[in-house]
Amino acid sequence: MNLNIVPLKFSNDPLLRKLTERLSIYFDEIKIFYTPVNIEPAYNPARRQYHSTKILESIIKSNPEESGLYLILTELDLFVPVLTHVFGEAQLKGRFSIVSVCRLYEEFYTAESNPKLVLNRSIKEALHEIGHNLGLYHCRNWECIMHSSNNVEEIDTKGLFYCKECSEILKSSGIKHPTAT
Amino acid sequence: MKENRILIVDDEKIVRESLTHWFEEEGYVIESAENGNEALRIFSRGKFDLALLDMKMPGMTGLELLRKIKDIDENCIVILITAFASVPTAIQALKDGAYDYVTKPVDPDELNNIVRNALESRKLKIENVELKKQIDSFIIPENLVGESPQMRKIIDLIHTVAETDSTVMLRGESGTGKELVAKAIHQNSKRKYFPIITVNCGALSESLLESELFGHEKGAFTGAHFRRKGKFEIANGGTIFLDEIGSVSSKTQVELLRVIESKKFNRVGGNEMVESDFRIITATNEPLEKLIDDGKFRKDLYYRLNVITINIPPLRERIQDIPILANHFLKKYSELMNKGITDISKKALDQLLNYDWPGNVRELENTIERAIVIGKSDSIEPDDLHLKESNFTIDNGFSFSGDNGNSLEDMERKYILKVLNGNNWNISKSAEILEIERVTLYNKINKYGLRKIK
Repeated sequence: MNLNIVPLKFSNDPLLRKLTERLSIYFDEIKIFYTPVNIEPAYNPARRQYHSTKILESIIKSNPEESGLYLILTELDLFVPVLTHVFGEAQLKGRFSIVSVCRLYEEFYTAESNPKLVLNRSIKEALHEIGHNLGLYHCRNWECIMHSSNNVEEIDTKGLFYCKECSEILKSSGIKHPTAT
Repeated sequence: MKENRILIVDDEKIVRESLTHWFEEEGYVIESAENGNEALRIFSRGKFDLALLDMKMPGMTGLELLRKIKDIDENCIVILITAFASVPTAIQALKDGAYDYVTKPVDPDELNNIVRNALESRKLKIENVELKKQIDSFIIPENLVGESPQMRKIIDLIHTVAETDSTVMLRGESGTGKELVAKAIHQNSKRKYFPIITVNCGALSESLLESELFGHEKGAFTGAHFRRKGKFEIANGGTIFLDEIGSVSSKTQVELLRVIESKKFNRVGGNEMVESDFRIITATNEPLEKLIDDGKFRKDLYYRLNVITINIPPLRERIQDIPILANHFLKKYSELMNKGITDISKKALDQLLNYDWPGNVRELENTIERAIVIGKSDSIEPDDLHLKESNFTIDNGFSFSGDNGNSLEDMERKYILKVLNGNNWNISKSAEILEIERVTLYNKINKYGLRKIK
């Protein structure tokens, strides 16, 4: 299975490189796929945030031709109505997902930079949304990457891998080494 | 695990979709509706564990919908969502049965926690109702087994007595199960949510019993390093079971009488008056009337304690319960000791039936337990029982066990039963051997409550 990473308003090249490297154990091929995505309809001026569902709709409409999954990686602050923010969103059992690193940056909370921590958080959120694409729901295991995380502390608490039960489900999904730990 | 079902009601499609998607990722089963009427239609089709309602909707408001949902299913958790916080509306929502109230936009952490806690609390509430239902049903303690008319009468009495708060006196030989009956009365009474406290009056000296019953203050006597609550105080709200009441000293009898009448007492060495609300159940295997005649038991206390009497018959008077009890203990100890003994042989059962059981049910229980410990085959055999020879019925069907059950009626009952069992309950043949009319035999069978043991 292939993964297409779509950088959108994303300037952190070292993070993109390292994240790609880390995700490569799960995919046959990872492509960095630059495609124009219209983010204007997703912008909410009152909240100064972007509606993640609308961004996903926009890329789905453009019907990109590459096979495999699509992961939009952005530094935009995302929301869905009702909630103050989201770290990402994915089509459950679909091909498209989005992850925002905006609130994964340590600077967002403490004004101190910590690239290693951001990389770990990004890996976890990317694999979490990909997990939803592959049919996984939130997992009760605190160690599992599919555990629901509503704040960075929870992201930091959970592990970097899928738990045994989730890995079992992923075995038939087409990704490589779902049981990697 | 059961999937929780959530109903989302909001007039904005985008909000419904966002919430649906958000909760689907959690593994919940979601349905959504754009207004109150549609929500009620969906609600009438199936049960929901939780409903998330927008407060402001065209037509039916969230508050109106909340009331209607609560009318249909009061166990459904309702959480209201509103665009702006309004304290009076929030209070009204909570008064009308809403679990909580969130303001848009809500922090995902907060929303997830509220929903998770609400579902957990709903689960506990339903479990609690189920458990209370179980407690509220009439409980017969596991060991109070038997189908004899005598036993049925006792169960009926327990039922009747449990509904009242009257003092009960249990009379019966040692090992008949007086404590079990006391527990059954307590467990079926309105006091069941409070403790039943047992005091064996015969096991304690006068001063120890007083301190045990009434408690003591620090320094009341040598060794009283701390203030200690007495059994009457601990039994507050519940029942106190005083076993072997006949052995209580004259001094303590006076104290007891005062406590029973006033429900107030002082701890030993104390001045503070302690109040306690308890029910008294007493038990004795002594002839209290004789003790009164001998001046060893106070008459006024006797009348206070003897409001309702339950006489528990000795096992030899309800021999049809022996196989039921024996099998009950067989199952209990066989499982407990992980032994594969599943049966009692015909010969062993005959021995159990012909034995006089001076130690009553307790002795039967110990006999079966011992038989299971030493038993080698998959059924209990006569050799495993080790019953005392002297307590066996002799050839002609009589038994002389010493103190009890040797009246003429006892002898007649035993002999008739022996003849009936010996002739496989053939009435004509048994009547012929007994040299009485068939109808007389029928009358005797009814009189003694005899039953054929299968």
